[in-house]
Parts: sequence; structure tokens; C-alpha cells
Amino acid sequence: MREKLAEIKAIEEDAKAQYTHTVNVCTAAGCLSSGAAQVKEALGKEVERSGLERWCQVKGVGCLGLCTAGPLVEVESQSAMYGHVTVEDTPAIVGGLNTKPVERLRVPTGTPFFLRQNRIVLENSGRIDPERIEEYIAAGGYSGLVTALTEMTPAQVIDEVTASGLRGRGGGGYPTGLKWTTVAKAPGPDKYVICNADEGDPGAFMDRSVLESDPHRVIEGMILAGYAVGASQGYVYVRAEYPLAIEHLKKAISQARRMGLLGRSVAETTFGFNIDIRLGAGAFVCGEETALIASIEGKRGQPRPRPPYPAEYGLWGKPTLINNVESFANIPPIIRNGGEWYASLGTEKSKGTKVFALAGAITNTGIIEVPMGTSLQEIVYEIGGGVPGGGRCKAVQTGGPSGGCIPDAYLDNPVDYDSLRSLGSIMGSGGMIVMDDSSCMVDVAKYFMEFCMTESCGKCVPCRVGTVQMYRLLDKISTGRATLEDLALLENLCDMVQNTSLCGLGQTAPNPVVSTLRYFRDEYIAHIEEKRCPAGVCKIHSSVAQTDSPSYAVAEVAQ
Amino acid sequence: MATNPRQSAVDPPSDDKRWRIVQAAMRRNGFRRDALIETLHAVQESFGYLDEESLRYVARSLRAPMSHVYGVSTFYHFFSLKPAGEHTCVVCTGTACYIKGAPGLLDAVGKEFHIGDGETTEDGKVSLLTARCLGSCGLAPAAVFDGQVAGKVNREAVVERLHAWQNGPAAVKASPESSPESEGSAVYA
Amino acid sequence: MNRGQVRIVTLKIDGKDVGARENETILEVARENGFDIPTLCHMEGLSDIGACRLCLVEVKGSNKLLTACVTTVQEGMEVTTHSPRLDSYRRMTVEMLFSERNHVCAVCVSNGHCDLQNLAVDVGLTHITVPYLYPKVSIDASHERFVLDHNRCVLCTRCVRVCDEIEGAHTWDLMGRGVKTRVITDLAEAWGDSESCTSCGKCVQVCPTGALFEKGKSVAEMTKRRTFLPYLTSMRNGDE
Ligand SMILES: Cc1cc2nc3c(=O)[nH]c(=O)nc-3n(C[C@H](O)[C@H](O)[C@H](O)COP(=O)(O)O)c2cc1C
Ligand code: SF4
Ligand code: SF4
Ligand code: SF4
Ligand code: SF4
Ligand code: FES
Ligand code: FES
Ligand code: FES
Repeated sequence: MREKLAEIKAIEEDAKAQYTHTVNVCTAAGCLSSGAAQVKEALGKEVERSGLERWCQVKGVGCLGLCTAGPLVEVESQSAMYGHVTVEDTPAIVGGLNTKPVERLRVPTGTPFFLRQNRIVLENSGRIDPERIEEYIAAGGYSGLVTALTEMTPAQVIDEVTASGLRGRGGGGYPTGLKWTTVAKAPGPDKYVICNADEGDPGAFMDRSVLESDPHRVIEGMILAGYAVGASQGYVYVRAEYPLAIEHLKKAISQARRMGLLGRSVAETTFGFNIDIRLGAGAFVCGEETALIASIEGKRGQPRPRPPYPAEYGLWGKPTLINNVESFANIPPIIRNGGEWYASLGTEKSKGTKVFALAGAITNTGIIEVPMGTSLQEIVYEIGGGVPGGGRCKAVQTGGPSGGCIPDAYLDNPVDYDSLRSLGSIMGSGGMIVMDDSSCMVDVAKYFMEFCMTESCGKCVPCRVGTVQMYRLLDKISTGRATLEDLALLENLCDMVQNTSLCGLGQTAPNPVVSTLRYFRDEYIAHIEEKRCPAGVCKIHSSVAQTDSPSYAVAEVAQ
Repeated sequence: MATNPRQSAVDPPSDDKRWRIVQAAMRRNGFRRDALIETLHAVQESFGYLDEESLRYVARSLRAPMSHVYGVSTFYHFFSLKPAGEHTCVVCTGTACYIKGAPGLLDAVGKEFHIGDGETTEDGKVSLLTARCLGSCGLAPAAVFDGQVAGKVNREAVVERLHAWQNGPAAVKASPESSPESEGSAVYA
Repeated sequence: MNRGQVRIVTLKIDGKDVGARENETILEVARENGFDIPTLCHMEGLSDIGACRLCLVEVKGSNKLLTACVTTVQEGMEVTTHSPRLDSYRRMTVEMLFSERNHVCAVCVSNGHCDLQNLAVDVGLTHITVPYLYPKVSIDASHERFVLDHNRCVLCTRCVRVCDEIEGAHTWDLMGRGVKTRVITDLAEAWGDSESCTSCGKCVQVCPTGALFEKGKSVAEMTKRRTFLPYLTSMRNGDE
């Protein structure tokens, strides 16, 4: 197998060397939604029209990171990146290939956005064609897998993962090596590996980007996991809202199968492993591992109490390893370069890098990857380019509906699991939403509560009813109808729901309220006492008379 | 898990060819009950929604209780028990889109077309849906028009697009961005 | 399953040493030893789902509260079944249940022998501090013998489980999610039209509230009989 990979790599490099120019067009979902497919087609036609087909190839690649400037086009030979490219711009780009780059379209690449990143998970994003396994192999892909299968025992693979210090990227931050050890130790011949690609946090798109831009890395990570824990079947549970990611993943799985990297004999060894895709159907709670398992089993996606943890009792009652997309995507480089190398990055307790999705009131919205421990300040103001128009960043929201809002004054803190927690937020899966003075914190808290209320599965009482009660109280506050007693009741409910809910959704649903109350209590008070929304977002009712009246019918209990 | 993948003992409700797709989805999973969600996806993709007849058929084929099938179909937002309008507009209400103006988009559609989330205009032309994050947050606010994702949309653009739909196919064709083959098309129904 | 060697463990409940079989739940052991832990979704003879959260207890060394009905005992465990914190959470949970649907005891068939009422007394709930949600929900009286009144349903799913696990009919299930969850029969059709219901009445007997009741019974007659359950399950499992 090793020879086969080497051969593919050589062929790929030869083929590439034939071309003087490679024009990469980002065809990930972000850029597609601003017309990248048409741009790619036009570039191809333009190359043909200019008779350059033998010297220039036009290639679709994954996300280049700066999604806000899409469609993005990169000409490797000229080190030129073009943004907001339209079909009309394509003759100029092709015309400039043998002369000089088109300055008016260029996106500067000497900026902190590009220079401060450290791309491990995203090493191939925007570089390779995600629909061709050969390009992944040429970039060193699957070599770690072959090494592991031929030279390492499963225990040694786990040792490397443990040594890397990798912690789960799905939000919880549980040590990956430890989880693998537990599943490996669990008795029985039938075990499963599940990749959690449900990415339900509304405002996070890292996993989507990884799956679209470099699906083979996730597959390689899963096969390695299967080998390490002794599983022969894997599932990727992916949101149905991500059609392109699903398409790329499907293609990648069948390519890997054809290449002999998946199937009864992986890479010509006695180890067999298969991967199937299962589609989500629009339920945030299915990101929770026990709900996800229920969903794969064809049931309502309702969590169940743990223990037993999936590592002992998971899919169809068998020991099951569940990791996030980004966690798996980190595995191939860890095996290739060793756990120690990975552990040299990041902070003492949070190793390696983390991918973040920057969105909201920030200049460079898109996907970035930075070493753990980078300060929020650096991410927002330097890499992210700050608030458009030079405005003030009021707060950064991390962790989505389970997280919190970190005010500007605390942005000098490093991003790692523990420091974010001490600030009252969480790392979460990596969504980072920047808010400026035009956002009202009560409104933001209400938004997230509404989210949790509609996404609550309804199984347990505190979350099912508590989220509705908390939402109504927040609504009352935001419309200027609340009293200080209502605020006290809200805080009581937050405490109760946090401590008594069955699963993570309910347990963390109060977090956005608690964190905004911690840092922006004055905004709540302004709504309550002065009937005023400082940010001018909430519509305060002038007349406050509102009595709830019973509207049910107890009457027609027949016969 | 699967013992003998059995054949479906149940005949589809009609000889509509689309049932073959549904049958294939069930067969791929050996007519096991855990194939329920996969099967419902197949029905929704083929017919646009799940009607009572199809739910009964799926339940019988997978030997699943009716109430279980109904419970699953109504748990997941992706499944719809009602037919959608001729055209669908999905407005993203994820966090990034929310703070960048998604409520304004919904408000505009509500004012102009008198439809809310999950509703269809009286003429059956346009359905409005919402989604929590399409993964295009970099281009917030985002919306999907008949499967095509559009970024940085504003009130006027949404209203204009929906009016074009209501006023018939000619007007839609004239709209420059709507290309029939959309690679990244979402399968919202 | 664990026939033969079942180890005996010792643990402390509210400071008292008790012995237990290792496969027992905290709830079972507590009840055997006369400790009272409130429950609602638990029903002897049915599977446990840990949904109502009323049986939460404190266990030394665990930073999370644990549901007694699904947590198995362990050697050396120290369990606290009552504390000001637990009591207050339980009170609020019962409040949540009262506020969720439309409970008007004075006109309810279950008045006087309702598990929800009893819980309110047990946890010392005297008045409801949270606003009622007043959902508009319906009543299904289409079955010839039974009535379903959503106004009183607490979504404990005892009916769902008894119908599936004991009667084997699986007439009931849940539809929707979150606060909009409802119990349904078949394809959310009228109960009277159900093809799967055998009219055995088990669901009515296990329902803790006035959500399921028998037609033509006066309030006094609506006391529910539940003793059949443990008997049926042990018959089915072939125990003892
Ligand atoms: C409500 C809820 C939603 C979640 N959503 C996701 C998700 O979308 N993606 C994910 O990877 N993990 C999600 N998780 C965390 C998973 O339960 C699980 O911890 C994770 O997939 C484990 O992988 P890791 O150890 O690699 O992080 C969610 C948890 C909860 C409670
Ligand atoms: S906390 Fe919420 S989502 Fe989780 S089980 Fe309870 S009701 Fe369902
Ligand atoms: S079900 Fe119980 S609590 Fe509810 S109204 Fe009837 S008697 Fe009262
Ligand atoms: S009467 Fe018996 S069969 Fe009918 S719903 Fe109730 S438990 Fe099920
Ligand atoms: S009908 Fe009765 S048994 Fe069934 S869920 Fe409602 S309260 Fe529980
Ligand atoms: S999608 Fe094109 S740069 Fe991110
Ligand atoms: S929040 Fe709208 S696309 Fe992510
Ligand atoms: S009785 Fe234990 S959670 Fe309901």
C-alpha cells in the first residue's frame, strides 16, 4: 500500500508540474452562495478561449477561510488571491496570468488573518480538490494510516493520541485518548465509531467547512479510531442542512473504498472497516451523543441519562466511540507527526490548535485556525480585523446556545477550555460571534433561550417547561413589562434548570442568561426600571397592562 | 441487527415510480426499523412531504407501530406533513444571521405576503421556512431560494424575489441569479 | 440476567448504613429501607427513563445530582435524599408541571387520588409562583370506554411504556417536541379509531393524573389499580 500511495503522489506531482499556473476557485458552500460555480465555469472557458489549457488548470478547492470576500480565487504561481470575483472579472484574471496579477481584485494576504494562523486541521483546505482522493494522498494523506496499520499496535495508536493531549472539539473538551482507551477496553467484538457532524450551534460552520474542504482527513481519522478501539463499522451523522458536505463525504467514502482504504481489508491488512452516512433531520439535540445514537437507531432523538456512557453502552447497546469532526480531523497529523509534536502546540491544559468560525460584527468573517491560548483580542482585532467601520466590540459570544457573552474588557484572556469556562462561557464547538453596540444583551439572551425552547426535546420537565418560563420572563423584560421580582424568579429558574435537566441542552440553556447577567446586569435593569433598551433593539410597550387569562375549556368532558 | 433482509411484504400505495426510491431506501437497510429516518428522508425527497398514506406504508413495511412513525416524523423539523408551496424561501435565523438582520427579513415577508414560518401564501405559490444556520454565516444574513443559497440578502431583495415567484415563471426566469443547476443546492422541501 | 452471584454492597442513605444488591437502583434500596423519594415517571414494572427529575438525589463525590430511579448503587455510596436544595428544586419542578397544562382540581376526575396532587403535598408546594402557560389543548373522548384529556397530561410516558412493554400494542407514542409534545394514539388519530388498541385499559390504570380516565366513573370510583404491573412483568421475564 505504501508503494501505491507513493506512486499516486508521484503521478499527481508530475501532472501538476505540467501546468505553469493553477487557478484555485473556492467552491465551498460560502463562496458557492455568492456565485463561485459560475466563476469557475467562466474561468475554464476563458482559459480555453485563450488557448492556455495546456499551461493552466482551473481547480475547485475547499474553503480558503476568508468567506466574506467570496467568491475567492487564488493563483498559486502569482501568489495572488482575488476576492468578490465575478464572471466579468475572469478575462482579466486569465489575461494577467502571463503578465501581472489584477491589482483591483486582490485581497491582501500579508495580513494577520493569513499570517497568524497555524493550520493543522485546515492544512489542505483551499489547497486540494476535496473531490479527488489523489490530491489528499499527494498531500501526505493516508500515510499515517498505513504506518499505523503496519507498524503500530492499536495500543500504540492510542498512546500517541493520549500523548497529543487532544481534547474533544465538540464542546465538552473530554480527553480524546482517555475516551479511546475506555472504548478499547470495553468487552465484546461489536463496537462502533461515530463521527458527530451534526453541528447544530446556530452560527458555527467549522465542521461543515472541514467536511466540504477535506473530507478524507475525517475518514482517515475514523479508520484510525476504528483500528485503535477495535471497531469495524463507522457512521458519520451529518446534518441534512449541509448538502455539499454530504456530497463530498459520499464521494470520499466511495473513493476510499475503491482505493482499498475502506472495506473488508483496509490497506491490504487483516483489519476491516466500513463507514456509512446517516442524515440528521433538523434537531439540535441530536448533537448530544445519546440522542444522536437514538436517531441513528431510527427513533425520536431524545437523550437518555448517563451512565451508562456510550463508551460502554452505545449504538445498539454496543460500546461506541463518538467524536466530533474536528477531533477526528486532528488524528491523521497526530499519527503522522507524533503526539509529542501536537502537544508542543497550545497551552498546558489545552493542546494543539482550534478552528473558529468568525461571524457577526467583524470584518473578516470566515474560518480560522489558531493555536490554543491565542488571546480573544488577537482573534477579534488582529486576525478578524475588528468591527467594521472601526466600531467597538461589545462582546464576543462563544459556545452558542450553551455558551456565554464575554465583554470587551476581558478579551485579553487566552482561548482555552479552562479560561473560557472561568469567564462564564465555554469553548463550545468554535462558533465566535462578535457583537457591537447595536446588539442588546437581553435580546441576545432571549434569542438563545428561544432557540433552546424550540430545540428542547421535551423529555424532562425542567428543560421542557423551564425554557418556556425563562423565555417568557426574558420577553417580559425586553418589552419593559417586568419587575425585579421577575428577574429574581428568572435567576432561580436558571439555577434549577442548570442543575436538574437531563442532558447538556437543558443544563447549559441558562448560560447565555447567566453570563449576560454577570457582565451586563445594568442592561437588564435599564429594561426593567427605566423601561428603556440601551441598544435601541427591544420594542418597549408603553402600556404595561397585561393579564393572562385562562383560555382552556374544561367543559366538554363527554359523557 | 439484520438477520435475513426480508422483502417488503407490503405493496406501495400506488404504482407511482417514486415509491421505488422509497423501497430502495428500505431494502438497503434490510427493512429494519432503524431505517425509519432514512426512509422518511427518501419519501420527503421524492414527494416533497409526508402524507398519511406514505406514513402508513412506511410503518407497515418496516413493521413499526404507527404512533412510532408519527412520533419520529413530527420530532424532526426537516420532515413536513404538509405539501409546500410551489417555491420555498428559507430564511436563516441562526445567530450570525439574527444579529445581522434576519428578523427584518421575516418581518418584511410577513408584511408583504402575510405568511409566517412554515406557512404558504394563499395562492400556494410561496412557502416561507426558517432554518438554524445554513453554514454560510460568513455571508449573513443568508437565505435559500428554491434550493439556492444566497448571502447578504436584504429586505428588498427578498420581497422582490418572492414577488417574481408569485407573478409567474416568466418573471422568475428574468431574474439573473437563479441558475437552474445549482451545485450547492439545499434540499429543503 | 445476573442470576446466581449478586454481590451485596453497603451504602449510606441519609446517614444510615444500608445493604443492597449491586444491581439495584438507589430508588429501590431507599424504598426498601423506608426512605421516601418523590417520583413521577417511575412505575414499578416498567422501564425507567429518568425524565421527571423529581427523584434527583445528592451523591457524595458527584458534582451532579443523580436520578435515583436509574442510578445503580455502588459500594460506599453516600446518598442524601432530602436537603433544602433538593426540596426547592422538587418544588419548582412540580410547579413547572402545574403551570404547563390546565389543572383545575375542583372539576377533575382524579381529584383526591392524583399523583400530581400528592406530589404537591409531599414537596410542600402551597402556591404556584410561575405563570400558567394555558395551552389550548383538546380532549379525546372517541374511545368507547376511555377518555384522554391533554389538559391534565404531565408527559410521564407511563401510558406509552405500559402499552408497549406490557400490552405489546404500542398504541401510544409522543409527537412533536419540547413544550409542544403530546401523547398520541396511532397516527395522531382519534383513540376510538385506533387499530392497535386492545382496550385493555392498562394505560388508564398507570396514568398518574386525570389525563386518562374511564368513562362513566364518578370521582370516587376513579381510583386506579396498579398492582397488576409488577406481577405481569415478573411473569413475562420468568423471574422467581
Ligand atoms: C445539546 C447538545 C448538542 C451538541 N451538539 C454537538 C454537535 O453539534 N457536534 C458535536 O461534535 N458535539 C456536540 N455535542 C457534544 C456531544 O454530545 C459529544 O460530547 C461530542 O460529540 C463528543 O466528541 P468530542 O469528544 O470529540 O468532542 C452536543 C452536546 C449537547 C448536549
Ligand atoms: S434537557 Fe431538554 S433536551 Fe435534554 S433531555 Fe431534557 S428536555 Fe430533552
Ligand atoms: S390531574 Fe391532578 S393535579 Fe391535575 S387537575 Fe386533576 S387532580 Fe388536579
Ligand atoms: S387500552 Fe391497552 S392497548 Fe389500548 S392504548 Fe391503553 S394500554 Fe394500549
Ligand atoms: S396520558 Fe397520563 S400516563 Fe400518559 S403521559 Fe400523560 S400523564 Fe402520563
Ligand atoms: S467558502 Fe470560500 S472562502 Fe470560505
Ligand atoms: S447563522 Fe445564518 S448561516 Fe449561519
Ligand atoms: S422518577 Fe426518576 S426521573 Fe422520574
